[in-house]
Amino acid sequence: MIELMPAEGVFSLIWVLIALPLLGAGILLLGGRRTNSWGPYLGVFTVVGSAVLAVLMLLAMMGQPAEERSVGQTLFTWVFAGSFQADMAFQLDQLSMVFVLLITIVGSLIHIYSIGYMSHDVDKRKFFGYLNLFVAAMLLLVLANNYFLLYVGWEGVGLASYLLIGFWQIKPTAAAAAKKAFIINRVGDVGLSLAIMVMFVTFGSVSFQDVFGQSGEASEGTLTAIGLLLLLAACGKSAQFPLQAWLLDAMEGPTPVSALIHAATMVTAGVYLIVRSNAVFDRAVWAAAAVVLVGLITIFMGAIIGSAKDDIKKSLAGSTMSQIGYMIFAAGLGPIGYVFAIFHLLTHGVFKAGLFLGAGSVMHGMKDNVNMRRYGALRGLMVITFVTFLAGYLAIMGIPPFAGFWSKDEIIHAAFERSWVIGAAAILGAGITGFYMTRMVAMTFFGKARWEDDVHPHESPAVMTVPLVILALGSTFLGMALLFWGNIESWLEPVVGFASGPTTLSSITLMAITLVVVLVGAFIGWRQYGANPVPIEAPRGNWLTRAARRDLYGDLVNEVVIVRPSFALARWLAWFDSAWIDGIVNGSAAFVGGAAGRIRRTQSGFARSYALSMLGGAVLIVAALVLVRLS
Amino acid sequence: MNPANYVVLSAVLFSLGAIGVLVRRNAIIVFMSVELMLNAANLAFVAFARMNGNLDGQVAAFFVMVVAAAEVVVGLAIIVTIFRSRRSASIDEPNLLKY
Amino acid sequence: MIEGNFGEEIVFWVSGGLAVLGALGMILSKKAVHSALWVALTMINLAILYVANSAPFLGMVQVIVYTGAVMMLFLFVLMVVGVDSSDSLIETLKGQRLVAIVLALGLGILLIAGVGAGLTDLVPAGLDAANGLDGGNVQGIARLLFTEYLVAFEVTSALLITAALGAMVLAHRERWLPRASQEELSKARFMGPGHPGNLPSSGTYARHNAVDTPALLPDGSTSDLSIPGPLVARGDVRPIDHHDVEQIESLGGGAK
Repeated sequence: MIELMPAEGVFSLIWVLIALPLLGAGILLLGGRRTNSWGPYLGVFTVVGSAVLAVLMLLAMMGQPAEERSVGQTLFTWVFAGSFQADMAFQLDQLSMVFVLLITIVGSLIHIYSIGYMSHDVDKRKFFGYLNLFVAAMLLLVLANNYFLLYVGWEGVGLASYLLIGFWQIKPTAAAAAKKAFIINRVGDVGLSLAIMVMFVTFGSVSFQDVFGQSGEASEGTLTAIGLLLLLAACGKSAQFPLQAWLLDAMEGPTPVSALIHAATMVTAGVYLIVRSNAVFDRAVWAAAAVVLVGLITIFMGAIIGSAKDDIKKSLAGSTMSQIGYMIFAAGLGPIGYVFAIFHLLTHGVFKAGLFLGAGSVMHGMKDNVNMRRYGALRGLMVITFVTFLAGYLAIMGIPPFAGFWSKDEIIHAAFERSWVIGAAAILGAGITGFYMTRMVAMTFFGKARWEDDVHPHESPAVMTVPLVILALGSTFLGMALLFWGNIESWLEPVVGFASGPTTLSSITLMAITLVVVLVGAFIGWRQYGANPVPIEAPRGNWLTRAARRDLYGDLVNEVVIVRPSFALARWLAWFDSAWIDGIVNGSAAFVGGAAGRIRRTQSGFARSYALSMLGGAVLIVAALVLVRLS
Repeated sequence: MNPANYVVLSAVLFSLGAIGVLVRRNAIIVFMSVELMLNAANLAFVAFARMNGNLDGQVAAFFVMVVAAAEVVVGLAIIVTIFRSRRSASIDEPNLLKY
Repeated sequence: MIEGNFGEEIVFWVSGGLAVLGALGMILSKKAVHSALWVALTMINLAILYVANSAPFLGMVQVIVYTGAVMMLFLFVLMVVGVDSSDSLIETLKGQRLVAIVLALGLGILLIAGVGAGLTDLVPAGLDAANGLDGGNVQGIARLLFTEYLVAFEVTSALLITAALGAMVLAHRERWLPRASQEELSKARFMGPGHPGNLPSSGTYARHNAVDTPALLPDGSTSDLSIPGPLVARGDVRPIDHHDVEQIESLGGGAK
C-alpha cells in the first residue's frame, strides 16, 4: 500500500478543483435570471480554472519521485457514528490525476463548445449550471479517498445526468429517457451501497487505504461478493450489460451532454471504480471473470446496435457501449489490463468527445435532424467538421498512428496474454467497429445528398469548431504522446500495478491481424454504404438488424422480466392494501364508530337516568351479596 | 324488641328515598330524598351499634350527619345557582352534557 | 332500657309508621313545601327512634341539625326558588317511573331478605354497658371522637369550612356594572316599555286578605296587574264575587 503524502504547495488546493465548478453551479442555479447574461461564461471559467489547476498539479506531480506522487488531503471528519467514520478527504494519485485531467480538459472544451451550441436556448444558464454540477460531482467521485465520499460523487453524477438528459423536458421522450437513466442507475447504486456496507462489516472502514490494506485478510467469498456488487454498480453507471438500456435513450439530451456523459465522465465512472478497487478484484478471481464476461458481451451488443441505428447519436452511443465494454473487459483482465483500460479510456474520452461534438456540428447544420439517411455529401460543405470527424473515425477504428490504435492494440495484446479465445473475440469486436464507423462516415459525408428540402448545411461557428480541432489533434497524437512520452504504464503502475506475460502470438503479428480484420470490416461497410446508394427509407433488413434497431430487445427484456411483474405485484399490493389493510383498519374504525354511535344514546344528559342505572348496579351487587350469603 | 325491625324500617325508608330520587323532577325534592336515604342509613348504623354493643356505629352516624350537612349547604347553593341562570329547578332541565 | 319491653314496641310501630308515612308523603306531594314538611315529620320520628335505640345524643343532633337547620335551609331555598315549582307528576322519561319503582322495591326486598336471613336470630348486645362506661352516651361518643376518630373529626372540620366557602362562592354574584343611581333608575323606568307609574293596588272589595284579591277596573273586570306574580303562579288568586260587589255598592248608597 502506498503511503499518502501530505498535501503541500499546489496540492493544498485539491479541494479547489471541486469547489470551483460547485461554486459555479451554485451561483448559476441559485442566482436566477440575474446571471443570464454572464452565467455561461462563468460556467466555462470555473471549469477552465479547474483544468489549469489540474495541469499545474500534473506538473508538480511529475516533479516528484514515483513513490511520492500520491497526495492526501483531509478537510474534516464528515460522518462520525460509533465505529463508522468517513472523512471529507481527498486522494490525488496518478490514477485520479489522469481522470481529473480528462474531466477538466474535455469538460472545458465541451463547455466552450456549448456556448455556440446552446446559444439560442432560453435556459442556457441552467444548462451551464447543470454541466458545472456534473463536473463537480465527477471530480468528487475520482478524488474521494473513501467509498462513502465516492458514493456522494457517484450519486451527484447520477443526479446531474438525470437533469441534463431531461434538459428539454418539454419533450416527453426526453423526460422518459431521463427517468429511465435515473432508475436504471439506481439499480447499480444499490450494488455500490451494498458493497460499501459489506466493506464496512468486513473491514470496519470504508477508506481506500484501510480496505485495500486489509483486503488480504478477508475471505475470497467476501471479496467476490464485494467485487460482484461493485461490478453491478459499474454496469449501471457505465451502461454495461445487463443495465445498458438507458444509454441509447440518453441521447435525447443536448449533444454536448452526450459528449460529456458518453465520452469523458459518467460512463467512465464504472471503469474507474473497478480499476480503483483493483486490490479487491486481484484476489476475487470469479468476480474478475464476471467483469471480463460482462465487458465482452457489451462489446458485441454495443457494436451490433451501433451498426443498425440510423440515428447518428444513437449509433455513436452504441459505439460508446462497445468501447466502454473494451475498458471493462481490460479491467477484468487484472494487472495486465488495468493500465490499458485507463489508457483506452483516455484516448476514447478524447476521440469520442470529438466524434460526438462532430455529430453535434453536423446536426447543427442539418436543423437538428439526426437521421443519417437524410445526410450525405457533407464533406465539401463542412470541411472542418469532416476532417476532425475523420480523425476520430480513424482513432476509434485503431488505424495507426491514431490514438485508438495504441490503446486498443494493447488491450487485445493483454487479452491474448490471458487466452487466445477472448483475444480473438476482442479482435472480432474491433472488426465490427470498423464496419459501423465506416457506415457512419459514408452515410454522413459521402454519397449523394439526401437532405430534406429546406435544409441548407453550413459549417458551424468557430466556438464549436475550435474544440473540434483540439479534440481531433488529441485523437491523432494522444495515444503516442501517452505511450511514448507520458509512459503511461510506469505512470499508473504504482497505483494499479502492472504485469506483462507471454502471448501465443507476437506483438507485430497481432497488430497485423487486428488491422486486417478492422480493414475488412471497414471495406464491407464502405461497399454497402459508400459505393452503393443509401435508400432514404430503411430497408427491412435481416433479423439481426431488426433486433439491433430495437436495441437487441433490451427494453423488451426489461419490460417482460421486470416492469410487468412489478406492475402486477404493485397492482396486487394496491388491491391488497385497499381491500384488506384498509378494510381491516376502516372496518374496525367503523365498528367502533357504529357501536359508539349506538351506545352514546344512553348518555341522555338526564341525571335521573344515570341515577337509575346506578340503582340498577346497586341492586345487582346486593343481589349477588344476598345470593352468596344465602347459598 | 328485635333491632332487626329497625334495619327493615331502614331498608323501607331507603327504598322510598330511592324512588323519590328517581321519580321526582324538582331538584329540591330530589335532594330531600337523598337526605332521607342518608337518614335511613343512619338508622341502620344506630341499630347495628345497639346490636354490637359499642358506640362506633353511632359515631359513624354522627359523621354521616356532618357530611350531609356540608353536602346540603353546597348542593342547595348549586341549585340556587342553576335556578338563577335557567329560571327552573327541574333536574331534567340541565341536560346539555350528552351525546 | 330493657330489651323486649312493650313500650318500645309501641314507640317503634308508631314512630316507624309515621316515618314511612312522611316518606310517602314526600314522594307524593305535588308541592315542594309540602314535601319539605313531610320530610320534617320523618326526621322527627327518626330522632325518636334514635332515642329508643339508646342513642339520645344522636336523637338530639337529629332534631337540631336536620329538623332545625337542614330542613329550615330547604324551606329557605324553596322560598327563593320554588315559588312556582309545583311540578307536574307526569313522567317525561319513558319507563323511568316503572323501572325506578321496580328496582327500588327489588332493592328493599333484597335488603329485607338479607336482614331476615342474617339478623332475626341475633340477640342484641345492648348499649347499656357501653353507655355506662364513661358515664353516659354523650361521654362515650365524645371519648371515641377525640381518641379513635380524632383524625376523621379534624378532617370533618376542614370539610365544613370548605363547604361553607364553596357555598359562598357559588351563591356570590359578581357585580359587572356599577350600581345604577337613582337618576338612572328613574330614567330607565320612564323611557322603558313598562308602566312608569304605580301598578293598580290590589284588595279592592277584599273581605279578609287584600293581597290575593285583584283590583276591579271601571267596567267591572279584574286587573291582572294588581296581583303579585307568585300568587298567580301558585293559583292562590281569589275570584271576585260580583254579588259582594253589588252588596257593598248598595251599602255605599249608590255612589257610582
